[in-house]
Amino acid sequence: MEDQAGQRDYDLLVVGGGSGGLACAKEAAQLGRKVAVVDYVEPSPQGTRWGLGGTCVNVGCIPKKLMHQAALLGGLIQDAPNYGWEVAQPVPHDWRKMAEAVQNHVKSLNWGHRVQLQDRKVKYFNIKASFVDEHTVCGVAKGGKEILLSADHIIIATGGRPRYPTHIEGALEYGITSDDIFWLKESPGKTLVVGASYVALECAGFLTGIGLDTTIMMRSIPLRGFDQQMSSMVIEHMASHGTRFLRGCAPSRVRRLPDGQLQVTWEDSTTGKEDTGTFDTVLWAIGRVPDTRSLNLEKAGVDTSPDTQKILVDSREATSVPHIYAIGDVVEGRPELTPTAIMAGRLLVQRLFGGSSDLMDYDNVPTTVFTPLEYGCVGLSEEEAVARHGQEHVEVYHAHYKPLEFTVAGRDASQCYVKMVCLREPPQLVLGLHFLGPNAGEVTQGFALGIKCGASYAQVMRTVGIHPTCSEEVVKLRISKRSGLDPTVTGC
Amino acid sequence: LERSPPQSPGPGKAGDAPNRRSGHVRGARVLSPPGRRARLSSPGPSRSSEAREELRRHLVGLIERSRVVIFSKSYCPHSTRVKELFSSLGVECNVLELDQVDDGARVQEVLSEITNQKTVPNIFVNKVHVGGCDQTFQAYQSGLLQKLLQEDLAYDYDLIIIGGGSGGLSCAKEAAILGKKVMVLDFVVPSPQGTSWGLGGTCVNVGCIPKKLMHQAALLGQALCDSRKFGWEYNQQVRHNWETMTKAIQNHISSLNWGYRLSLREKAVAYVNSYGEFVEHHKIKATNKKGQETYYTAAQFVIATGERPRYLGIQGDKEYCITSDDLFSLPYCPGKTLVVGASYVALECAGFLAGFGLDVTVMVRSILLRGFDQEMAEKVGSYMEQHGVKFLRKFIPVMVQQLEKGSPGKLKVLAKSTEGTETIEGVYNTVLLAIGRDSCTRKIGLEKIGVKINEKSGKIPVNDVEQTNVPYVYAVGDILEDKPELTPVAIQSGKLLAQRLFGASLEKCDYINVPTTVFTPLEYGCCGLSEEKAIEVYKKENLEIYHTLFWPLEWTVAGRENNTCYAKIICNKFDHDRVIGFHILGPNAGEVTQGFAAAMKCGLTKQLLDDTIGIHPTCGEVFTTLEITKSSGLDITQKGCCG
Repeated sequence: MEDQAGQRDYDLLVVGGGSGGLACAKEAAQLGRKVAVVDYVEPSPQGTRWGLGGTCVNVGCIPKKLMHQAALLGGLIQDAPNYGWEVAQPVPHDWRKMAEAVQNHVKSLNWGHRVQLQDRKVKYFNIKASFVDEHTVCGVAKGGKEILLSADHIIIATGGRPRYPTHIEGALEYGITSDDIFWLKESPGKTLVVGASYVALECAGFLTGIGLDTTIMMRSIPLRGFDQQMSSMVIEHMASHGTRFLRGCAPSRVRRLPDGQLQVTWEDSTTGKEDTGTFDTVLWAIGRVPDTRSLNLEKAGVDTSPDTQKILVDSREATSVPHIYAIGDVVEGRPELTPTAIMAGRLLVQRLFGGSSDLMDYDNVPTTVFTPLEYGCVGLSEEEAVARHGQEHVEVYHAHYKPLEFTVAGRDASQCYVKMVCLREPPQLVLGLHFLGPNAGEVTQGFALGIKCGASYAQVMRTVGIHPTCSEEVVKLRISKRSGLDPTVTGC
Repeated sequence: LERSPPQSPGPGKAGDAPNRRSGHVRGARVLSPPGRRARLSSPGPSRSSEAREELRRHLVGLIERSRVVIFSKSYCPHSTRVKELFSSLGVECNVLELDQVDDGARVQEVLSEITNQKTVPNIFVNKVHVGGCDQTFQAYQSGLLQKLLQEDLAYDYDLIIIGGGSGGLSCAKEAAILGKKVMVLDFVVPSPQGTSWGLGGTCVNVGCIPKKLMHQAALLGQALCDSRKFGWEYNQQVRHNWETMTKAIQNHISSLNWGYRLSLREKAVAYVNSYGEFVEHHKIKATNKKGQETYYTAAQFVIATGERPRYLGIQGDKEYCITSDDLFSLPYCPGKTLVVGASYVALECAGFLAGFGLDVTVMVRSILLRGFDQEMAEKVGSYMEQHGVKFLRKFIPVMVQQLEKGSPGKLKVLAKSTEGTETIEGVYNTVLLAIGRDSCTRKIGLEKIGVKINEKSGKIPVNDVEQTNVPYVYAVGDILEDKPELTPVAIQSGKLLAQRLFGASLEKCDYINVPTTVFTPLEYGCCGLSEEKAIEVYKKENLEIYHTLFWPLEWTVAGRENNTCYAKIICNKFDHDRVIGFHILGPNAGEVTQGFAAAMKCGLTKQLLDDTIGIHPTCGEVFTTLEITKSSGLDITQKGCCG
C-alpha cells in the first residue's frame, strides 16, 4: 500500500485557492517543489460564482473595501462644497457602474493569480476535491470528469462560506449573502441586513453610504469578540448616519410579495411581539461555516471539531494526520483574516521545505473593520485585559478627538475616539490599541509593530506626533479612564 | 582670603543643616565634618533607581532652598576660586565637597543629568544653574551674578515666554499647571503685504493647519474625479471657489485662536498682545500695537519666537510677492502662480494650488526638499509634474515688476539661470516666495543680556536641556539650532522644559527619529535617516535597503496610475537589521508613518516587520511584506495585487 515518497504526483498538494492556499503554493514552488493547487467554487444558493483567489479577492476584503471607498467618496462629495467645490447636491449613485468597475478589478486579480501560478510552474486544477486516502485526493471537474492526485504533503485551505439560517422559512430561497452582494448586477434597493458580525456592519455601512435605505437586524451584541465600548460607538456612528437598527430582534420568515418585494417577519425579544417589514433584499451575515463537509476528511483521518466542523491543528498547523496540514479560516481557533492565512501558509511551507522552524505567532494580530467610521485594533480589548490582569492592574488611556478635515466639512466627530489599554505598573506595557476614525487601518498598522516590539506607554508618549494627522492622537494620550478627567482633545 | 584646607567643610555654613525637613541622616551630613563620611542616598540594597530618584529629589531640594550652592571638590583649584569669589562678595554658600561624601560620584552623575555639566565646581544661585568656574566669573563680570544674587527680590513672574506659538503655549500651560506665575508675550508683526493674525503662531495661522485644509480641498478635487468611477453621477464641470474655501478655513482658525486665549485664561497664564524685547537681565519691555511700553521681570525666560518667511532681496519682492504668511488668507484666488523655492512649503503650496486647477510653476534653484531623502524628493516632484505642475529648474528670480494692479494683478518675473547667462521672463498673477525661513531672534534684545545666536543663521544654540548660554534663558521651537522645525517637536520640548524647570522631571526632549510628513499631492511620510545620510553615517556596505512600488486598492478602480506609490526602509545590517530610515510615498502617508515611528522608538527591526501581520487591504501593510533589496537590483514594479 505505502507509496514511496517521490513516486507520488506532487511534493505538495494545496486544496483551496484562496489567500492562504496560494501563498503556500507559491512559496513551495519558489523552494523548488512540485506543487499543485486545486480550487473549485461551489455556486452560492443564488447561483453566484467567481474565479481563483478565494474569499478575500472575490467576495471579501477587496470588493468590500472598494464599495466602502465608494461610500466614503459619497461623504467627500458632501464635504466638497465646504471646501469650495461647486458641486450640485445631491449626487445620485449608480450601483451598476460601481459594481461593474469593482467586478472588473476582481476579474483582473483572478487573472493575475492564474498568471502567477503559471509563472511559478504551479499546476492548477479547477476541480472539486475530496480525500480518497491520506495521500490522495480525487477531483471532479465541471464536466464530471474525475482525476486522482497524490502528494507527500497536503495543505487544506478551503476557507469558509456564509451561513444560512436553517429554520427560517424563505431564508435560502429569497435571501442573499456576502457571496452574492458584490456580484449583483442591479442595486439591492431597500435592504435588510441580518447579523451583527463585521461583515454585517460593513455591508450595511456601504449600502447606507451609497444612499440605500438599509436596516440591520441583530439579536444580541455587535462585533462579538471586539472591544465592546468601541463596538457600541461603531453602531452609534452608523445609526447617526442613516443606518436603521432593529436590536433584540430575530427574523422568523421571509416571503415574496406579488410585487416582488420581500416581506420579513420578526420577533422583538424585548416586547415579545411580532412585526413585519418589506425590503427589496435580505442579506444574511450571521456568521460563516468552514468548507469541510465535501472533503471526505474521514477518509484521510483528519479530525474536526464536532461543534464547528473546523479542522483541529497543532501549533505547526498539522492536523491529526502528520503530513496533512490546514491553514486559514477552515482551522479551529484561528483569526479569520487574509494576512494571517498568508503568513501562516508561508511559514508552514518554509518549515516543510525551507529548513525553518519558525512558528506562526497568532498574538497581537491587528485588524480593521471598514465600517463608515473605521475601527482599527490590535492586541487585547479592554474586557479581555481586565479579565486577564484584573481591573486594578490595567490602565486605559483615551481621547475623543476631532480630525482636522472634519472641522471645515462641519462633520460630527462624536465617535472619533482612541484608547490604549496598558498594564498599570511601570513601564506600562501596551496591551491593546483601539482606534475609531478615518483611515483606521493605516493608523493601526504601524502601532501593531510597536506592540510587537513590546512598546510601553512611556515609549509611545515619547514618540513625536505628525501634525496634523489623526494618528498623532495616539502619541498624545494623557488622560486615563481612572482619572475621570474629560478626554476631549481641544486645540492642537 | 582663607583657603579651605583639604578635608574641611569649606567656607560655607558648615554644620548648618540646610534641609531639616529631610531629616538629619542625609541633610546634616551634607556638610559633615572630616572623618565622618556622609551618604546622601539611602544605604543598603534598596533598588538603585529608587535610591537615585531619592538622591535627585534631595539635590533639587537643596538647590531650591539655598541662595547659593556650590558642588565642589576640596582639592579642586577652580572650586576654590569660586568659593573665594562668593566669600569676597560676602555671600554665604552651601558647599558640598563631593570627594568627602561616600556617594560623591553618584551625586556628580545625577548633577550632570540635571545640568548637563559633568565637572565641578557646579554652581547654583537662587535656583538658577550658573555653570562652572568660568561661567560664574563671566556672570560676575557681566553683572548677571549680582543680579541673580538679588533675586529674592520678587520678580513679577516665575516665567515669561516670548512667542505664543505651539512651543511657547505648551510651555506656558505646563508651567501654569505646575503652579507657576506665567506670562506669554505674543505679537505678530504684519507681513510686508500687511497680513497679520491671532494667537497660536505659525502652525495654526499660516502653517500646518491651513495648509493641510487646503491640501484636503485639493484631495477632494481628486476624490470628485474618482467618484465618477465609483458610480457617483454628475456631469457638470465642477469649479473651485477660492473665497468659499478660504473663508471656511479662516473661520476655523479664528475658533482656534479663541480656544488658545481661553485655555490660557483657564490656566491663569497672563497673555499680553505685545512685542517683547529684553532690556536688561531678567527684564523685558513689552510694546503693544499703540506703541505703549510696559516692563516686566521674571526669574526665567523662554524664547519661542519662531520664524518668518525669507525674502529674496531683489527688486520688487517685498512690494509684489506674497509668502505663506499671506496665501492662506488671500481674499482672492491667486490665479496663475509662480512658486519660488523647493522647500516643503513651496511644494505643498504648489501642489494644492494645482489641485484647484490653477496654472502653477515652481522655480527651483537646485534640489527639491533639501535634507529629505533625495530619491523620495524626486518622486514627489515627478508626481507633481505628471499632475500639471510645471518646474523651472536651475533658475532664480532677479526682478519682479508689476504690470497691472488687481486682485490678482499681473506681475512680470525676470529670472536667470544658475548655470549660464540665460534669462527668462514670465507673466504671473501671483508670485509666492517659499525659499526658506528666518529666525525672529535679531530684534528681541538678546544682545542686551548676552544670549548668543548663530550670527549667520540667527538660530539659538542650546544644550540638551534647551538652555541658552545665559542660564536663566531657555529657547524652544523653530529658532533652535540643528533641531527639527516641527510643531509637535516644539510642543514636546516646551512641555518637557516646563516639567524639568518646575516639576520633578528629568526627561529631556528626544530629537532622534522624529517622524514627519510632507503634504504634497502624493504625501511623503518619513522617520529616521534619509538614504544619503544613512550611507554617510553607516557606509553603504553596512546597509540593506528594502523597497517596493505599490498600488493602493482605491486607486485601481479609480484608474489612477500603478507603480507610483513607493515604500522604502533602510536597515543597519550589523545591528540586527535595525530600521534606521522609513519612507513612504502614498495616500495618507502621515497616518501610516506615525505608528511606525513609535515602533522605531522601540527598536524596530526587519525581522519584526516580517513577523507582523498586515492589515488588509491598506497601504501600511506593504511594510510587512518587503522582500526586494535595492542592492539586488530586482524589478519592483507591481503586476498583480495581493499575496
